[in-house]
Amino acid sequence: MNLDFSAEQETFRTQLQRLLDERGARQVARRLASATAGFDGSLWSALADLGALGAHLPEAYGGFGGQRLDLCVVAEELGRTLAAVPALATLYLYSELLFDTGDEQLLRRVLPELVAGRMTGTVAFTEVAGSAVPLHPTAVLRDGRLWGAKTAVADGADVDAAIVLAADGTGSSLCWVDMHDTAVHRSRLPSLDLVARPARLDFQGARAVRLGPAGGGHALLQRALDRAAVYVAFEQIGGAAAMLEKARDHALQRFAFGRPIGALQAIKHRLADLFVATELARSNCYYGAWAVTSGSDELPLAAAAARVSAGSAFETCAAECIQIHGALGFTWESDCHLYYRRAKGLAVALGSEFMWKERLMSHLDRQAA
Amino acid sequence: MDFSDTPDEAAFRAEARAWIQKYAPRKWLDSGQQGMPEIAEGKGWQRLKAEHGWACIHWPREHGGRGATAIEREIWDQEEGPLWRLSPLFTIGHNMAGPTLMACASKALQARYLLPLIRGEEVWCQLFSEPGAGSDLAGIRTRAQRDGSDWLISGQKVWTSIAQYADFGLLLVRTDPHAPKHRGLTYFVIDMKAPGVDIRPIRQMSGMSEFNEVFLDEVRIPDAQRLGDVGAGWNVAMTTLANERAMGLTVFPPQVEEMLALARTTALDGVRAIDHAAVRTRIADWYITANGLKYTELRTLTRLSRGQQPGPESSIIKLIVGRGRQQLASFMLDVLGPSGAIMESNQVGHDALFQAVFLRAVGNRIEAGTDEIIRNQIAERILKLPGDLRIDKNIPFSEIPTAPTSCGNR
Repeated sequence: MNLDFSAEQETFRTQLQRLLDERGARQVARRLASATAGFDGSLWSALADLGALGAHLPEAYGGFGGQRLDLCVVAEELGRTLAAVPALATLYLYSELLFDTGDEQLLRRVLPELVAGRMTGTVAFTEVAGSAVPLHPTAVLRDGRLWGAKTAVADGADVDAAIVLAADGTGSSLCWVDMHDTAVHRSRLPSLDLVARPARLDFQGARAVRLGPAGGGHALLQRALDRAAVYVAFEQIGGAAAMLEKARDHALQRFAFGRPIGALQAIKHRLADLFVATELARSNCYYGAWAVTSGSDELPLAAAAARVSAGSAFETCAAECIQIHGALGFTWESDCHLYYRRAKGLAVALGSEFMWKERLMSHLDRQAA
Repeated sequence: MDFSDTPDEAAFRAEARAWIQKYAPRKWLDSGQQGMPEIAEGKGWQRLKAEHGWACIHWPREHGGRGATAIEREIWDQEEGPLWRLSPLFTIGHNMAGPTLMACASKALQARYLLPLIRGEEVWCQLFSEPGAGSDLAGIRTRAQRDGSDWLISGQKVWTSIAQYADFGLLLVRTDPHAPKHRGLTYFVIDMKAPGVDIRPIRQMSGMSEFNEVFLDEVRIPDAQRLGDVGAGWNVAMTTLANERAMGLTVFPPQVEEMLALARTTALDGVRAIDHAAVRTRIADWYITANGLKYTELRTLTRLSRGQQPGPESSIIKLIVGRGRQQLASFMLDVLGPSGAIMESNQVGHDALFQAVFLRAVGNRIEAGTDEIIRNQIAERILKLPGDLRIDKNIPFSEIPTAPTSCGNR
């Protein structure tokens, strides 16, 4: 029985923590949150130097031949520190989807640059409010050109390439687009989550290379979203654990009625509940990590369980952390709101909680059939 | 990450499985077997295991055990599978009485009790809780008074499982009411057949009787039956409770398959309940919770497999199971509509299961540590938050304020 990270992975985690700490990842994130600048490029390069961007990718593409578990470790630590880097766009979505669909030539050209931190990417699917993935995309792929618009695209204004879901004849397909093409217009959108940098992308006949089979867009994207959901879930438990720790530390330092407030059962029991939610989510995440690493056909189930459990734990921990801080937690200066905003941002990034519950239920329906 | 055994674990599993297949009563190897075994069948299985060195495998070899590791014990439990039904009579004896005797009893008492215990010849129960002292265990009032080389015990214990079958009990009593509450307690082994021991079943709100109340009226116990010093009973009781925690909880099942089956076979508004939007998300919620519980247990097994102690993750299970089962059962009765309030359910194959869970799960949140006590423990032991204010800790027990009718009122 082995449902935990290895000693090597824990060493890797320690290195990551040291790096994120030295670089003041959270402080930079806070500074960038007030600016219109892009992501923390210096941290991204440092992560590349540590090997964190390609730990899970094969050596043939410049990676380090590790497991997807390594990416789970990265995600948890980024989530803990609110690092303002395009991990969701580039690592969880783009690199995974490209790896599934790209031809040898594209992979050999793009992935080594990605692993070195010199090129970034994203995946664009959402078009209007509501579903994350439109059933019938209005973006159209025709004769090697892409037309249409996407919104809420993770890091859309800052990355070098995007994989886009578009209508293609009677079905939907994925296509690869160079973001520096002059027929791509990018505009940054105001973000609830101050650590994220969502954008709107307008494609006015941009050159586009189809990835995977024609009409296979939704199926390929869904598989990638399942995997991304596991990584996002690790970011979420990282965030939840950070909020629990912050709330607990505050409860020990803040005195009221002659005692630390952490001695009051109203606070103790709430913190205990946050611990329970975080540990339950962690167990679901480990199951997700196992499924994503072993390529199990239980992945849709595991991904949904991890994503829902961890999303809810992070949102609860962030909200209750503010509550335990009292009015201090309601100020701009407190880091609490950065996590509170981030928790909601991640909770909707790959589709809402109820969408993931439906994914889980459909999988159970298929199993029973 | 993978879910397979290490080579050592696999070898141990094969050996255990081979022995079980050869010796276990066929009838109880079948998980579909209805009903519960006779007491003699349980005792017989225990004796057989003891004769072949498979009883209490977690006990040290010098006391008849196998010195098994925690993961081996878990593997053994998995392999015993449906045979667990032969063993509930010995749960307290083997997991709480045995280890407490080994840690705190004289050589003479160990020689007298451990062998019959491991051979399943004698059954043990635990007499801690009282009508006026549950979560606040150190507030017990059952009195013990010296009478020559004996003690005379009077008082009342409650929530005592299997007292009606027990030969001996682990007994915590107050020997000095003028000492502070934790320091006036003493710990004994009591003969449950002794004169003055009166055992009456308690009828629970579910209608079942899983527990007893035990009245003690001038019961005579020789001083030689004492564990630990006079006044040091609290420490011995902590040894017992630490072993209770270490055995893990007999966790009630999350009933996921039953939930899915019921939701698939019940009609709501012309569709299967499981296809009804309002039901669907609630089913998903509990599925995810139950899934989290399952993998929490596997995380604990991982630690055991690595030769470590169970981690803090193991403390969350009871808190989730108790409240969760209560909420699940309530919701499943909603799904049944008016039939949900009928105990003789006409739901084929479900046999009023969730009605029974609805009534029983209430107790899951109270027994073996209430939800509130577990939250305190998580907050203090894991999150290292300060303890509660204890205004009664350092004053004589006899001066601690009590409600006018604190004892015996239910």
